[in-house]
Amino acid sequence: MKEIRFHGRGGQGAVLAARMLAIAFVAEGKCVASFPMYGFERRGAPVVAFTRLDDKPIQEKTQIYNPDCLVVIDPGLMNLPTLFSGLKPEGILLLNSPRPLKNQPSENLKLAGVVNATQIAVEEVGRDVPNTCLLGALAATTGWVGLKSILSSLEEYFSGDLLQRNIRSTERGFREVKVLRW
Amino acid sequence: MKVRKGEIKVITGNAAAAYGAMLCRPDVVASYPVTPQTEVGEQLSRFHADGILDAEMVEVEGESSSMNITAAATLAGGRAFTATSSWGLMFMYDAMLQAAGFRAPVVMANANRETPGILAVSCGQQDMVSTRDSGWVLIVVENCQEILDSVIMAFRLAEDIEIQLPVMVNYDGFYLSYLAEAVEIPAREDVDQFLAPLKLQPERTKLVPERPLGCGTHGILVEFMELRYKHCAALERAKRKLDEIDQEFGEFFGRSYGGQIEEYRTEDAEIVVLASGSAAGTARMVIDTKRAEGLKVGLIKLRVFRPFPRERLTQALKGKKAIGVIDRSVCFGWNCGPIYMELRALSPDIGFVPMMSFIDGLANMDISIPHIERVIDEVYAASQGKSYQEVTWIPLEE
Repeated sequence: MKEIRFHGRGGQGAVLAARMLAIAFVAEGKCVASFPMYGFERRGAPVVAFTRLDDKPIQEKTQIYNPDCLVVIDPGLMNLPTLFSGLKPEGILLLNSPRPLKNQPSENLKLAGVVNATQIAVEEVGRDVPNTCLLGALAATTGWVGLKSILSSLEEYFSGDLLQRNIRSTERGFREVKVLRW
Repeated sequence: MKVRKGEIKVITGNAAAAYGAMLCRPDVVASYPVTPQTEVGEQLSRFHADGILDAEMVEVEGESSSMNITAAATLAGGRAFTATSSWGLMFMYDAMLQAAGFRAPVVMANANRETPGILAVSCGQQDMVSTRDSGWVLIVVENCQEILDSVIMAFRLAEDIEIQLPVMVNYDGFYLSYLAEAVEIPAREDVDQFLAPLKLQPERTKLVPERPLGCGTHGILVEFMELRYKHCAALERAKRKLDEIDQEFGEFFGRSYGGQIEEYRTEDAEIVVLASGSAAGTARMVIDTKRAEGLKVGLIKLRVFRPFPRERLTQALKGKKAIGVIDRSVCFGWNCGPIYMELRALSPDIGFVPMMSFIDGLANMDISIPHIERVIDEVYAASQGKSYQEVTWIPLEE
């Protein structure tokens, strides 16, 4: 089983990103369980989402304490003191940031993909919704899911011009992500 | 299996409830938005806009109206669906009591959330527990597929001529309402066929303008007691019916859930954990781990809180050495979990073995794997004659 934990803020599309990723995994024959955790729906409030994928049905309905992968949609949340606690060895990080990662933020972190998803989203989608760009970056960095599956999962939630814009944002995330290894 | 495989879609628990309702072709839908259930109404409105749902969608100003409207629709002979949660459920409390008293077979989805009190916007079964004595059938489910399937089965139960009771399908808010999973969506014609036996039954008594008819009683009348008596008898009949409908559903669609309770590895178990809702899924996994370590432990998933499945529980638990109950709510005035309290009432039937109450998961607290491991370890120790604590508030005693 692989476990992914998303950290974002209300309005950045963490919930939708987790759902679209779930659709992409299911399209590739995986079993998925994915849920976000927040109280009231408020723009700007921290949002966490938990996605599990496996080859067999997923029974547990708990939050994720030992993620294989962290997706940080808001770079400000890198300051969370507990962000990396519990990260599995060979851990992976996907980070939306305009700046490169200077040093290895956790011993268990072995692979990181950094992409300026906010800027790409503003250029392509027209506003700060970096979620789909990060999904492209996740596909490129982890290799767990194909870009094609991600792109077709977008169709469940977008159509017309907005779909095309998000497709471009996702493709740029896939191409422009900077991958670091330790 | 009588039917072809349905379409697989990745949907949330809320959407699963909406799909289940849509497939049953309700005549009237009325629901008022409340976190974390809002998506149910949104999805049903989308179905209506897309022409998939041919129902009268009533825009209501609150939950009291949504319950009165759907109850009235069923009394007029229609099929009606609504959904709510927590504050919304409390706001329709008078109306839902009346729906039960009038034997109005409304089906309602309820995304379990803490009740008003300390303002928690988070998961907990306290809202359902607060309606324990409402006279409704209270079903509790574990995952998105079970939500969809249970809504379909709920219509079969509610509208059955021998039952005629409102049915609430409860699923954990947040943990299940927002959980996205792959769900098999049955074909509408197959659901029609599954519900078809209802059409062969005698018609329910209907309120029609041409034929004036009283409904309910007023004053101090023996008829009131008679109606209460019949209501209680219908709830008793609902138990067997739940098992039968579940079995028939399994023959139809290839999925069944055990009816009133699911027994998992209980047959040769020495100790048993009783859980409900999303926690049952996690517990099943922990049971497997503990079994691999050689511990003879089993799980009972409670699928219906009202009527309380006393006969099935007694049968499954007789002879066990110790029992632990995980509750995601509290029983005020008893200082324990409500499901635990009810189980204790069965002690004379089951046997006076150690029974332990574990309160966990209030207000979105996680009923985690280590928590359930702890439950099993403590119940096992009690079964070995060690002294034990009757009630444990798990996150407060870590």
